[in-house]
Amino acid sequence: MTAIAVSTTINGDDVEYLCQPDETLLDVLRNRLGLMGTKEGCGTGDCGACSTIMDGRVVCSCLVLGAEAQGRSIETIEGMAQGAELHPLQRKFIEHAALQCGICTPGFLIAAKALLEEKPDPTEEEIRFWLAGNLCRCTGYDKIVRAVQDAAREMRGEAA
Amino acid sequence: MSFDATHQKEQFKSVGTRPLRPDGVDKVTGRARYGADFNMPGQLVARVLRSPHAHARIVKIDTTRAEAVKGVKAVVTADDLPDLTNGDAALFAILDNCMARTKALYDGHAVAAVAAIDEKAAKQALKLIDVEYEVLPHVVDVDAAMAPDAPVLNDAIFTEGVTPKPDTASNVANRSEFGHGDVEAGFEAADFIVERSYKTGQTHQGYIEPHACVASCNPDGTAELWVCTQGHFVYRQNCADLLGLEVSKLRVTSSEIGGGFGGKTHVWAEPVALALSRKAGRPVKLVMSREEVFRASGPTSATSIDVKIGARKDGRITAATATLRYTSGPYPDMWAELGAMTSFACYDLENVKTVGFEVVVNRPKVAAYRAPSAPMAAFAVESAVDELAHKIGMDAVAFRIKNAAKEGTKSSYGPVYGPIGIGPTLEAAKAHPHMSAPLRENQGRGMACGFWFNFGGQTCTDLNINADGTVTLAVGTVDVGGSRASLSLIAAEELGIEYQDVKAVVADTATLGYNDMTDGSRGTFSSSMATISAARNAVEIMRQRAALMWDIPVEDIYWEDGHAKAAGSKYGNLAPLSVKDIAAESGNTGGPIAGHSELVADGAGVSFATHICDVEVDPETGSTRIVRYTVIQDAGKAVHPSYVEGQYQGGAAQGIGWALNEEYIYGDDGRLQNPGFLDYRIPVCSDLPMIDTQILEIPNPNHPYGVRGVGETSIVPPLAAIANAVSNAAGVRMSHIPMSPPRILAALKDAKG
Ligand code: FES
Ligand code: FES
Repeated sequence: MTAIAVSTTINGDDVEYLCQPDETLLDVLRNRLGLMGTKEGCGTGDCGACSTIMDGRVVCSCLVLGAEAQGRSIETIEGMAQGAELHPLQRKFIEHAALQCGICTPGFLIAAKALLEEKPDPTEEEIRFWLAGNLCRCTGYDKIVRAVQDAAREMRGEAA
Repeated sequence: MSFDATHQKEQFKSVGTRPLRPDGVDKVTGRARYGADFNMPGQLVARVLRSPHAHARIVKIDTTRAEAVKGVKAVVTADDLPDLTNGDAALFAILDNCMARTKALYDGHAVAAVAAIDEKAAKQALKLIDVEYEVLPHVVDVDAAMAPDAPVLNDAIFTEGVTPKPDTASNVANRSEFGHGDVEAGFEAADFIVERSYKTGQTHQGYIEPHACVASCNPDGTAELWVCTQGHFVYRQNCADLLGLEVSKLRVTSSEIGGGFGGKTHVWAEPVALALSRKAGRPVKLVMSREEVFRASGPTSATSIDVKIGARKDGRITAATATLRYTSGPYPDMWAELGAMTSFACYDLENVKTVGFEVVVNRPKVAAYRAPSAPMAAFAVESAVDELAHKIGMDAVAFRIKNAAKEGTKSSYGPVYGPIGIGPTLEAAKAHPHMSAPLRENQGRGMACGFWFNFGGQTCTDLNINADGTVTLAVGTVDVGGSRASLSLIAAEELGIEYQDVKAVVADTATLGYNDMTDGSRGTFSSSMATISAARNAVEIMRQRAALMWDIPVEDIYWEDGHAKAAGSKYGNLAPLSVKDIAAESGNTGGPIAGHSELVADGAGVSFATHICDVEVDPETGSTRIVRYTVIQDAGKAVHPSYVEGQYQGGAAQGIGWALNEEYIYGDDGRLQNPGFLDYRIPVCSDLPMIDTQILEIPNPNHPYGVRGVGETSIVPPLAAIANAVSNAAGVRMSHIPMSPPRILAALKDAKG
């Protein structure tokens, strides 16, 4: 197979890479670009650990081909903080102890970020259904949901 | 100063607060490195070939065609992992499980492995390994495996623990028995008896991070292993034993771990990765796929349990028995024994007897899963207890309170209890608003209790006081859920300094003495004990240094609130010296200051919990929704309450999945039908409500701060709590876990007649 040349935008930066036609975006991110903050929990679209944002939509990067990123804009966990300034969701996850082992955390943060961009004031039920594609085996989700609620409040400019 | 581990401290400054965890930023920015996030120069990719058969003799393996594939650098089979186990049956089981020797014993059993320059070449080579199998009859069900005509997995297994010793081989590896009193007489005295049989399906720990490692064997006989594990020192020992390496020459570094729950306490593929690296002469990275994780790692026992309990009209239990049959996969262990020990541990019983049968079957080798073996036993016993309470006409909580174990009770498994928390958790449940909240149509409430032993074990810790007065704490217990934060709190508490001034790290096997693994809820319990001891040793040294700085006798110096202080009035003008003051002068007073501790953390206090659960059962579909859930558990002393709550909630959620959904499903061919998260469905965010927690603190007398392990007990009550709730909601007693919609529908249909 011949490699495909791809030009894309990742976390706001122009990026070019070569990848195989059957190579997933997840493998490109992790193995070719060193962006290992995106995790693989299943490789079959069932766990959400590999969540990234492509042109504003949450996708499982294990189900996207590397070649499909051509001309798109990709956001990964590495681009979530603005320099030294954590995103409110990142801060709230730490404050609320919304992670135990943390392997699911990048995926949850990416998915939650997309949620709050679309719906700044989600109900608990909306949060739970939006995040239903992200598996966490450690927390029972309670503290994750609370962290998202609190971050949403802060981002809306409401007092905690 | 010798270390005094008895409970001494009641007032805390740091312990019990909720600071931010030290590894938080790394984990929310994607910088934390897990098993698969590490690479080495020249690294190869490994892939494992697995048996498609549940039970088969391996007649021949020919790797010639695979070796010829371009880019393939090594192919290994059992021949490359010669048997160095020297008659150690447990070690042999690990070896045989890593790479099948003469027989494949379950669907997914490794038979060969490949290392190649990329995944494509490795996968291609796997297809070209020629394995000739002679397929044998298999058995996966625990009761079927015990039948006299069952296919026997291992001709060398003759049931242990029965006299006379049997003269024919069987799948029953051993029989264990616990209890006291006269159960026959006890049942005679009973006014009411409940007797029922139960079954539970096999579940997987379901950690989101698949097993992953990078192994590198060097030509000079040294080797390195980077791996996600709950116990890198144990992995080092196992790998060194299996590969014939000197322990000191194998350095194992534990990565951040993406969940384990017991499943990462056993080596699976690490010895294979090392063997590949040794053969190829290059580093090898081996990452399991999710399918491999399900087929070949983890799971818990499937069980079949009979329970009989009798009680008098006044609600006092007169006798209780249980027969527990646990699958262990193809290799015997002590799963049934643990089930038999834990089953009636919550109760104060005059006459009790439990018998466990360890049964080998053609399923993956069972690994610990959070309070291993206890949830199934609790499901059976707590279901029967509930039914009995109902029969007598007593409230379920009141009935349990009447029979609860207390300080001085001789437990069903032998020891006499010290101060324990079962009574207080039940009283708290009785008083909890959840208990009296209204229920709607098709809803029901259930509750159940749970017990776990908790372990201590070998622990070693280094506490270094840096020149600027900050502290680096090196521990050897892997941080599976926030223990670096808890241990930093402990060090800060004992030294009298700020939490922010302590940085805890998990040391690798070359830089710290041996530590048992993080299991048995021991991480915070045992490492905090060693941290307190190390801190006290450091304080000793700081007192000596203060004596030098002041030029007064060390006996005249005491330690208080993070400062060396001169005793009595004769030194009235000496301002106390802080850790920073003493550290700053350390270069002139004798060099670096450190405290070390090596100990066996005895006295892990037993742990109890009571859970309350409301469910709604849809009579049309048989599906069950968790409406409300409350966990009440004794923590001894909650060091970092947020992470204690997290353990309570996480265990409850896993229990909910086990109760309602999760189960290994085997086809008639003995192949696992659902090796993926789509078909092996663990609870997702929209399946669950918030999980309320209530932390009780009944100090553990054997720990200076009263700490008990908290990690495991929370998975013990949910199966029964939910079964009891379903029974109250739908009027049917569910005796088969998981209570999936078809099972509930069938029970509803049966009940209608
Ligand atoms: S790795 Fe992509 S969904 Fe699990
Ligand atoms: S924190 Fe471990 S899987 Fe979510």
